[in-house]
Amino acid sequence: MRKVYHKIIHIAGNVITVEADGVAYNELAEVTNARGVSLAQVIRLSDGKVSLQVFAGSRGISTGDQVRFLGHPMQVSGSEALLGRVFTGRGTPRDHRPEVLSDLIEIGGPSVNPAKRVIPRNMIRTNIPMIDVFNTLVESQKLPIFSIAGEPYNELLARIALQAEVDVIILGGMGIKHDDYLTIRNTLDEHGALSRTVMFVHTAADPTVECLMVPDMSLAVAESYALSGKRVLVLLTDMTNFADALKEIAITMEQIPATRGYPGDLYSQLASRYEKAVDFDGAGSITILAVTTMPGDDVTHPVPDNTGYITEGQFYLRGGRIEPFGSLSRLKQQVNGKTRADHRAIMDAMIRLFSDYRSTLEKQSMGFQMSAWDKKLLKYGRKFEDSMMDLSVNISLEDALDLGWKILAECFDRNEVGIKTDLVEKFWPEKE
Amino acid sequence: MAEVKSTTTEKVVGVNGNLMTVEFSDRVMQNEVAFAKVGDARLKCEVIRVRGNRADLQVFESTNGLKVGDEVEFTGELLSVELGPGLLTQVYDGLQNPLNLLAEHSGFFLKRGVYLRALNREARWQFTPLAQAGDKVVAGDRIGSVPEGIVKHFIMVPFAWKGEWTLESVAPAGEWTIDDVMAVAVNEQGEKRNITMTQFWPVKIPITDYAEKLLPEKTLITQQRSIDTFFPVAVGGTFCTPGPFGAGKTVLQHAISRYAEADVVIIAACGERAGEVVEILREFPELEDPRTGQPLMNRSIIICNTSSMPVAAREASVYTAVTLAEYYRQMGLNTLLLADSTSRWAQALREMSGRLEEIPGEEAFPAYLESLIAAFYERAGLVRLRTGETGSVTIGGAVSPAGGNFEEPVTQATLKVVGAFLGLSRERSDARRYPAIHPLDSWSKYKSVVNGKELDFARSILRRGSEVNQMMKVIGEEGTSLNDFIVYLKSEFLDYVYLQQNTFDAVDGASSADRQRYMFDKIYGVLSRDFTLPDKETARRYFLELRQMFMDWNYIAMDSAEFKTQEAAIDEKIAQRSAENA
Repeated sequence: MRKVYHKIIHIAGNVITVEADGVAYNELAEVTNARGVSLAQVIRLSDGKVSLQVFAGSRGISTGDQVRFLGHPMQVSGSEALLGRVFTGRGTPRDHRPEVLSDLIEIGGPSVNPAKRVIPRNMIRTNIPMIDVFNTLVESQKLPIFSIAGEPYNELLARIALQAEVDVIILGGMGIKHDDYLTIRNTLDEHGALSRTVMFVHTAADPTVECLMVPDMSLAVAESYALSGKRVLVLLTDMTNFADALKEIAITMEQIPATRGYPGDLYSQLASRYEKAVDFDGAGSITILAVTTMPGDDVTHPVPDNTGYITEGQFYLRGGRIEPFGSLSRLKQQVNGKTRADHRAIMDAMIRLFSDYRSTLEKQSMGFQMSAWDKKLLKYGRKFEDSMMDLSVNISLEDALDLGWKILAECFDRNEVGIKTDLVEKFWPEKE
Repeated sequence: MAEVKSTTTEKVVGVNGNLMTVEFSDRVMQNEVAFAKVGDARLKCEVIRVRGNRADLQVFESTNGLKVGDEVEFTGELLSVELGPGLLTQVYDGLQNPLNLLAEHSGFFLKRGVYLRALNREARWQFTPLAQAGDKVVAGDRIGSVPEGIVKHFIMVPFAWKGEWTLESVAPAGEWTIDDVMAVAVNEQGEKRNITMTQFWPVKIPITDYAEKLLPEKTLITQQRSIDTFFPVAVGGTFCTPGPFGAGKTVLQHAISRYAEADVVIIAACGERAGEVVEILREFPELEDPRTGQPLMNRSIIICNTSSMPVAAREASVYTAVTLAEYYRQMGLNTLLLADSTSRWAQALREMSGRLEEIPGEEAFPAYLESLIAAFYERAGLVRLRTGETGSVTIGGAVSPAGGNFEEPVTQATLKVVGAFLGLSRERSDARRYPAIHPLDSWSKYKSVVNGKELDFARSILRRGSEVNQMMKVIGEEGTSLNDFIVYLKSEFLDYVYLQQNTFDAVDGASSADRQRYMFDKIYGVLSRDFTLPDKETARRYFLELRQMFMDWNYIAMDSAEFKTQEAAIDEKIAQRSAENA
């Protein structure tokens, strides 16, 4: 029987301080008060004083409440029984089914030895041309979707989850609306993907501290599956809420803020999660796609800025479309040379022409005269936007490449597209 | 004389993230290494502040499970690295743990509290003595040498030894392991010590065992045109490459690490992506170093403390790297240290400073940030050793400024102390103009591989071209004079055929100093020439064709017959529109 402590000497924000001894850093505790029992985690030890962040928040906690330490850090089950289930940020079932307590593993484990990683080499097909053709997603990549409130980023995540050829999908929801959670769940259910999905969902109404647990819970489970040889896709939405939760705790703990109130270790905190993306030498893999909403559409805001330095590229979702400029998959070179001979050529040529189209649009809006070339570009740009960029387009990479040639042929002559002659001869569609 | 501090055992009284507070009864030393015992693991830590009878230590591992009252062993020693043959080709973490061995030892994950020896104690090295019994030696003197791949690795009297020593015996030529005694030395007080092939040196203290520091004058050839010609780096100099994310810092650093004409290259992957290190780890053993015909790995040491590895070890990693560079410098070699990224190192300092509750400076970085950055870059330099040879440490640091804004403290503090600034711009990388080194904002204080006068002219073309381009955005092409338009075309031409370089191409990726001079000469011929071009459309087409021909030329090896053919075609093309022939 573990000892129970009663002497809570400090309550502020979601953090309480209790006098206790023999407590380990990062250990879990149960706080019992009139409202019920809440989990709490040790975040600072100072002589006999132990500070804990209380998952359910400190509201209603009295100085005489009971604190019982559990003797272990936060754990989650890594068993297959999790598949098809939905949990809260602290790992309790959200779907009214029994708890899973087998194969418990500690969350936030050590990082992978770089010597045991392999260079990523497999493409993940999503059937979204803006991803497959222009910024290919690669197994074990970590990639954020930079967006703003109101954009259909959760729909995009759900679509990628459905179409990606992976064994297991793990969804970590942080501070999302309950409606959004239901939408994602229903979408997965409709397409029969729920049985290979595990969800950890923290909704906006849940206590902030639980939000902090979501990425670690999701990734610990992912790691356990990947080690048994599975290819796992982890979807996190929205990492900005996670960063805001970090900020809240840091400020409560009277840490000195670095930029815009965020703690100085924001980079390390984000990196320790994103770096869980891995292709194991001799086992499975973890791929991470994470939504990061940019406050005020500002990419220099600390959260997207730090994220960009950590991840292997980024997708910008703007106006319901994946922007060709700024979006980048740093790993695409690893795979797009092996897909089809014309893949890189189409990718480069179409983007270059689209960039010319954008400058023509600018010229047009400033009232400069439109040349014959400009008119071709305008025609091309509109076709590109409608049949490539639109998120509803759902075609395979090969079809998308063929479509690319078709658009080019409809708008330009063979020698105007800047593609090497031998490729043009092989792929240029015949006039009907 | 103060006696050497011995080991002591004390108790933990507080834990806050990776900061641990210990109450001590005996003595502690600033920067002393200690081990905290948690369960059966021993976590390495370092004293970073002492107040009254309490010491604050940064823990190089996760502090999970640590309790108040846990034991902490103080070692009486500063954080050190082991120096000796076998360092080359190794991959270490920030504390000099060999990662490949760790993988064999503990599998996929970096298990905490596991510290393995940095050097292989079983490998045998062919020792050739250079000193003999009876010789008087001081710290840093050479006892003998062993061949370490392409390097002649000198076995030296430990740098930390004070005063003069007399060699009692020296091992004969033969194969020995690193722990075998290579010599026995005795000092005037009669103290006797063994010299083996290895020694320890505290990472935060520079090795200063040389006659004098010299002015770096020779250009360090990196085979990157935009660097060697426009913004050169000197052997023993310092440079920084700041840039926003996605501007190509890491690709540029990789290119330099491959092609730079240095004897030993040390790559410190400090707080960056693990994936990037994996590329080096897997590719360097395969890639051939054209200068020696051996795998690139044979001249490299990789210090890898990626972003998810413990932050305190990240702080140590750049010091570990620079100490290894200084060690090889002592053998009369030119070493190059590439640190990617120094901003992550500065952030590690900021995290610790925050936990120590120090009064923050700008953007919460500690007030001593500038002096630490300056002290780090000052460890670079060209030196004359006591043997008369020269050796050098060149340091290049990538900087990752928040929001891509160069006004931030780390970039500014770095700019004050480096000799060359290679600023990468988002604007150029968005336009796919790689390397994205901004030709107008960057600067260098070192000597270029080409002639100064011609270089100034080329720079003026770039500047004027950019001005014309700005103007054209306002008044349109119609309102620009033909002469101005041609200047603009020339600047674009220079950009495309010289500044831009395809690192992924075997030929274009590496441009030797000779080739750079040859090409630059030809290009200067175009830039300084007057052309007869009747209108803008003809001018544009002409320069586009010229550009295409030069770009093709860049992909042709210089010693091939094709090279001459292409050159002849180019000469003809230039003559076609040359005003002198009109």
